[in-house]
Amino acid sequence: MFGNLTWEAFRHDTIQSMAVISMVFGGIGIAALLFYLKRWKWLWKEWLTSVDPKRIGIMYMVVVLVMFCKGFSDALLLRMQQAFSVGDSQGLLEPGHFQEIFSAHGTTMIFFVGMGIVFGLANLIVPLQIGARDVAYPFLNALGFWLFAMAAILSLVSLGIGHFSTAGWLAYPPLSGLEYSPGEGVDYWIWMVQIAGVGSTISGINFLATILKMRCPGMTLKKMPIFVWSILCCMVMVIFAFPILTATLYMLTLDRYLGMHFFTAGGGGNFMMYVNLIWAWGHPEVYILIFPAFGTFSEVVATFSEKRIFGYLSMVWALIIIAVLSFIVWLHHFFTMGAGPEVNAFFAVMTMVIAIPTGVKIFNWLFTKFRGRVHFSSPMLWFFAFLLNFTVAGMTGVLLSAPPVDYQVHNSLFLIAHFHGMVIGGVLFGFFSAFTYWFPKFTGLVLDEKLNKYAFWCWFSGFLLAFMPLYMLGFMGATRRLNHYDATTGWHPLFVLAAVGALIIFFGACIQVYGLYSTLKNRSKHRDRTGDPWNGRTLEWSTASPPPIYNFAIIPTVNQLDPVWAMKRDEAPRPVCHYEDIHLPINTAIPLYMGILALIFGFAMTWHIGWLSIVSFIGIVTLLILRLSGHDEHDVMTVAEVKKIEAARGSYG
Amino acid sequence: MNSEPNLNEIKKEYHGTLRSYIQGFIASLLLTLASFALVITRVISGHFLIYTIVALGLIQAAVQLRFFLKLGHEDHPRWETLVFGFMLFVLLLIAICSLWIMKNLNDRLM
Amino acid sequence: MDKSFVIRHTVEAHPDLSIPDPHQDAFVRTTLGFWMYLMTDCLIFASLFITYAVLHHETFGGPSSRELFELKLPFAETMALLLSSVSCGFAILASLKNKKNKIIGWLIVAFLFGAAFVGMELHEFNGLLQQGHSWRKSAFLSSFFTLVGTHGLHVSIGLLWMLVMMAQVFRNGVTLFTFRRLVIFGMFWHFLDLVWIFIFTFVYLIGVL
Repeated sequence: MFGNLTWEAFRHDTIQSMAVISMVFGGIGIAALLFYLKRWKWLWKEWLTSVDPKRIGIMYMVVVLVMFCKGFSDALLLRMQQAFSVGDSQGLLEPGHFQEIFSAHGTTMIFFVGMGIVFGLANLIVPLQIGARDVAYPFLNALGFWLFAMAAILSLVSLGIGHFSTAGWLAYPPLSGLEYSPGEGVDYWIWMVQIAGVGSTISGINFLATILKMRCPGMTLKKMPIFVWSILCCMVMVIFAFPILTATLYMLTLDRYLGMHFFTAGGGGNFMMYVNLIWAWGHPEVYILIFPAFGTFSEVVATFSEKRIFGYLSMVWALIIIAVLSFIVWLHHFFTMGAGPEVNAFFAVMTMVIAIPTGVKIFNWLFTKFRGRVHFSSPMLWFFAFLLNFTVAGMTGVLLSAPPVDYQVHNSLFLIAHFHGMVIGGVLFGFFSAFTYWFPKFTGLVLDEKLNKYAFWCWFSGFLLAFMPLYMLGFMGATRRLNHYDATTGWHPLFVLAAVGALIIFFGACIQVYGLYSTLKNRSKHRDRTGDPWNGRTLEWSTASPPPIYNFAIIPTVNQLDPVWAMKRDEAPRPVCHYEDIHLPINTAIPLYMGILALIFGFAMTWHIGWLSIVSFIGIVTLLILRLSGHDEHDVMTVAEVKKIEAARGSYG
Repeated sequence: MNSEPNLNEIKKEYHGTLRSYIQGFIASLLLTLASFALVITRVISGHFLIYTIVALGLIQAAVQLRFFLKLGHEDHPRWETLVFGFMLFVLLLIAICSLWIMKNLNDRLM
Repeated sequence: MDKSFVIRHTVEAHPDLSIPDPHQDAFVRTTLGFWMYLMTDCLIFASLFITYAVLHHETFGGPSSRELFELKLPFAETMALLLSSVSCGFAILASLKNKKNKIIGWLIVAFLFGAAFVGMELHEFNGLLQQGHSWRKSAFLSSFFTLVGTHGLHVSIGLLWMLVMMAQVFRNGVTLFTFRRLVIFGMFWHFLDLVWIFIFTFVYLIGVL
């Protein structure tokens, strides 16, 4: 009746129990708050069934922030374990639990934080920057979000019911195969990644079509903001990389559920094929994660230097070349796993080549600031932190791209320090820059700048303290995923430093949360009524903050790069004051329902609850057919309503 | 959104014709018969046979892309063609490099 | 930092500026988006093909493709799918002329050929399983059943979609929506025939050599 699910699955050790209980109480607390404020209907109408990309983008950000808390808690636990588990002490975590934590940490941060940032920013910024009212496929966009969100919820469920995978964030076979991981852990991992991956692919198709097809009049490809270019290249990578992940996970699923022999140790299976294919996806994935950060910095650096971006064309070409090359370097993730020197050399050279266009971008940002009027507001501060940390980490990447070096430090903490420099120094700092930069646009409130700066310095110094020792530890022979080590190694002081750094970061994150709360509480002090607090250059800054649901009452016409600067200088084409009725897609609950059914399906498959899998699957198919048999219904916003909204803004005639 | 074309205008966007389907069908039929015949009768053999069948398959794929799927017939800008081209690039890259890598690993294992 | 600016509205003539893409309508958006989805499906099949290429010698002591495959059934399957693909094309051509009955007629023909394809494939799989050559036996058999079976699964989903389209055309005739959906269904169906070319070439024809 319940497959493999028994009461045993609900039993956990102390720390896990505490996590689950706090999660459950948190959820109950939010539900209670909604009841108290009588906001269920509002939540349903304004958010859960919305197909407005601005709303969906904010929901992505909410999921990102929640999952970041989970992933960061995992990180703190790992750091604490490694700071205390020396010599006779075994630290605070059981080895099995430690393995679950590092697996969950990576999975959460990459799939639910990183990809959430990518699509959250795409939803919020792209339609506005291309002068469009909506995305190409509003329904699919919403569906992509709900699949992502429900996969994230599945990962939270895996905390409370049963155990998570202990096979790392990529689940290499044979360890992740049926023979060595017979339990529910790897199945949880497979379904949450697979469901999120399908959501990502759908959203990727949506945004590529949006950018290609829905730009406003006059906005040729060469007049798009660099942020939009970065999302375009990012979506191309998503569309062509994620199918490989889908197929590979599919084959692992078949191994585990139908006893096939793709990646098993016996039966003729070849687990290196998994490693090969998963990294053929995995390398484009890391570029997918970083491109929105690159795009953000192109916007931020130009705006806060009061200068046009230097070398627009070379920036675009750099993005395109990096996107193309990202598909040809993947073996550098497994130099040490048996390939010969010719193979290693080819991929080493390709990896080194890909560093070149990245360097071009860094120099172009620097040249943008040269002779500009640089404002050291927090979005710009995050750029400086990125500049230092990402570049240093990138250089260690070039070091690692040489196979002889990689043989020495592969899978050591040197590698960990490298990629955390890329994802924290690059992706996360880019996200914080984007967050402080665009927060005023979507809320009409400017974040408290003082608190921003305190948080920044905590993150910057905390990151350096948490990860520079890891480079040293890597050279000293410390491997990754260690839950215990000898005192004679001499590693202990460095691990303690790293733990202190993590705590400083934690303090910085707390300041960020408090800053958000404080800003929301003191709205009047932080209100921005202009819609353009930073003297922006791109189209989103010409709308109210927050923008009306239709974005633009009159679709703008563009004749150059940085169209809002052109407007300010009177160089833009005069818009005609002719309001028309605006058609907007209506709300729909089907993406939410399909997401919930996908969650149930993933859970049922994990626990081998046959009937529930079938029922939920049929449900998904039924809803799909229902949707695809209906008509696209639209709400019409009449000219009178549009005029009223525009008049309320004030600065329009 | 306000100036959505009507059904007749949309039909003009569809580029299929009876002629293209008949031509595609006959070409595919002949190519299929040729491939099967070559293998059944074995008039040629060895690597040459393999290359020929593969070539026939690729030609038929191109025929179906052109005559059934109408690739290349869309209006400018030809996004479908570009997207297909990039997919093909990625596919060949992954295929060739993967086969090279796996063969290299296999050789070194033995 | 500058304060807000004011956009001056005047009743001037429309500026003469190039529109990036004149086709912003829903039809072309849908066909492009669906084409992109087909490209992702291509890469899924490509991954399965590559895996088959790597694993097809790993018979784990069991029979190889040369011993297991024969060509009669694959030839019949190829013909069935090709005829189904063309019938589907004829159905769409009929929809250009709003001929409701012709559309449904050709869709029924396409459905029958497609169902014949799936039936033959199931028969082939059943035969192999009866002889004990299941996917549990070796990597070769796993990758064979998966590659060919996944294609067959797509065809089965297409058959379901075909039924839905028949129902929609029967109820609503040729409208903006049904025409658009017929066209993208046609794309899907032709795409599956395209993938089958590679299956019969690389798996069956080369497999028996």
